[in-house]
Amino acid sequence: MFSGLREKVGQVLVPGDEFSLEVQETLSLTEPLKPEKVLLGPGLKRRGDRKLLVVKSGVLRHKQPHVFWVENHQRRYVPAKGETIIGIITVKSGDVFKLDFGGSEQASLSYLAFEGATKRNRPNVQVGDLVFAQFIVANQHMEPELVCVDSAGRANGLGVFGAGGLLFSVSLGLVRRLLRPRSDVLSDLQKLFPCELVVGMNGRLWVKASSVQQTLIICNLLQSCETMTTAQRQQLFRRAAQGAL
Amino acid sequence: MKDTPLSNCERDFLLKAIEEKKRLDGRQTYDYRKMKITFGTDYGCCFVDLGKTRVMAQVSGELVAPKENRPNEGIMFFNIELSPMASPAFEQGRQSELSVKLNRQLERCLRNSKCIDTESLCVVSGEKVWQIRVDVHMLNHDGNLMDAASIAAITALCHFKRPDVGIQGDEVTVYSPEERDPIPLSIYHMPISVSFSFFQQGTYLLVDPCEREERVMDGLLMIAMNKHREICSIQSSGGIMLLKEQVMRCSKIASVKVSEITELISKALENDKRARKAGGRCGFAESMPQERITALKTDETSVEMTDASERANDIVENAEVPPQTVPSPVVPAPGVGQVGQGLQNTWGLEEEEDGDEEEEEQQMEEEQDEKEDSREGDVVEISDSEEEEVVILHPETQDKSSKNAASSSNQKGAETSKQRQKK
Repeated sequence: MFSGLREKVGQVLVPGDEFSLEVQETLSLTEPLKPEKVLLGPGLKRRGDRKLLVVKSGVLRHKQPHVFWVENHQRRYVPAKGETIIGIITVKSGDVFKLDFGGSEQASLSYLAFEGATKRNRPNVQVGDLVFAQFIVANQHMEPELVCVDSAGRANGLGVFGAGGLLFSVSLGLVRRLLRPRSDVLSDLQKLFPCELVVGMNGRLWVKASSVQQTLIICNLLQSCETMTTAQRQQLFRRAAQGAL
Repeated sequence: MKDTPLSNCERDFLLKAIEEKKRLDGRQTYDYRKMKITFGTDYGCCFVDLGKTRVMAQVSGELVAPKENRPNEGIMFFNIELSPMASPAFEQGRQSELSVKLNRQLERCLRNSKCIDTESLCVVSGEKVWQIRVDVHMLNHDGNLMDAASIAAITALCHFKRPDVGIQGDEVTVYSPEERDPIPLSIYHMPISVSFSFFQQGTYLLVDPCEREERVMDGLLMIAMNKHREICSIQSSGGIMLLKEQVMRCSKIASVKVSEITELISKALENDKRARKAGGRCGFAESMPQERITALKTDETSVEMTDASERANDIVENAEVPPQTVPSPVVPAPGVGQVGQGLQNTWGLEEEEDGDEEEEEQQMEEEQDEKEDSREGDVVEISDSEEEEVVILHPETQDKSSKNAASSSNQKGAETSKQRQKK
């Protein structure tokens, strides 16, 4: 059923490409018929009953058993439920904060959605602070909503942060590469010097190293990773390690 | 749409970095970003890249009735367009405070300095004069729009050619370029604006601020100057108190920068002229048949290193990288002038470590040799001589060729004075 889709894995697709998911013409009577499912990630849309439409240009990726998505280059972030992002507080009004996260509109963050926050015990958040938060509401029709606690009420790494480091933006593709389990970029970076790194799915990175110089080096290295092959990157990182230490 | 707000951590970090004499893109305090001047297909169209800031200027001419009080002078008209393409914070069709400010500064820089002979634009006294209109469009905003706009505007004016007109009795005939060659404007001098941003109430000074630096700065000083070291306009904004010697120092730096930029502009114009004379397509149109949208753009993030010796290696690395990614040379199109692209920015202060400098110089020499080789090879085929069209200015190589010893000695003088003041 998905043979057409499977064939194209690893190839470049452009918006407008279509896949038709035809049912097998001959049904075997002996084997029980299993309904097949497919999970569509970003870049693929269902069109009608048995058609798939590609809506982003990029490389088709596949994950066992039935997950397909299009990996593309993008800088504008579109919020998705469950993703963690770095936001900047822009407004403090009443019982919600407004956050800029690089999307088309601002997200809201309740002041009760911090660890240990109660009506009486308000979190200390100022305008311009950085917040690492998670989307609990993100869809086309509603204002996106963020929280800084997990389902058990623990911070779990979320919350206000950012003293002394540098915030900068990269493309969403690079962020996904950094967040991949066993990321090659991160493992190269680990060999350089100790640093703190916060990666938001919205393309924002926050880096803090022991000195301004080191922070700038890491920031520049990560920004230049975007357009480099693995060999070029490793060479660059090696030279950075020799020069800086 | 609102602009991305600046977070507190960025602000603190930037100020701390400036205190430590570090900049985000690894520049020195007095360095400009990589600058590139490209021309369009038509006369009077010019693109200027200043780092990621990108500006387009287009000059056009029209025959109109002159102003009553100046019957035999042409009219200059400047217009700056801040489109949302440059930055989401800019709104279409509304005169923002910034655009008024930029427009005013550009007028002061180019019209009030009388750099263009307006009397030569008169056709029939009191009846017909040329109105020269300069439209400056911001294509991308990464700080220092004013400098980019002033460079683009003056370069476009130098590049522009108006159609020839003939007068028989009462009849005015405008000749097409096929009938008679178009005439360039007569330009006396080229005023160029140089921006200085001040931090911590004027304690720290940076040349060519990028967008994030502009956001945290306390004050801005814009000096428009020509290469004869005549100040055409000077404006300070941001409500900062400046000492007399600070202004003097800025004007000294400005004179160095202006002479370098003027040289770049004239080289770019010269290259374009040669490319046009050789026939063939040049300018932006050249990138069309290649169907490569990145033809005019090579993005390379410069990586700052602690050691100057590392930087020398960096040059080697950067010199190697482009051929691997793009099969043809990086040089985008004939008729392009650029500075520092793909190389270390050598403007401003020179390194004090002598050993490292030697290394760097060697590197430069090697590259120079390479270039010369390619030139020799290109003598036979002019159409292939893409390499020729690049202007890369190195203070070191200039010193060697001693072409403009005056400007480099100026620069050195300014530097020593800076260092003295630092001490």
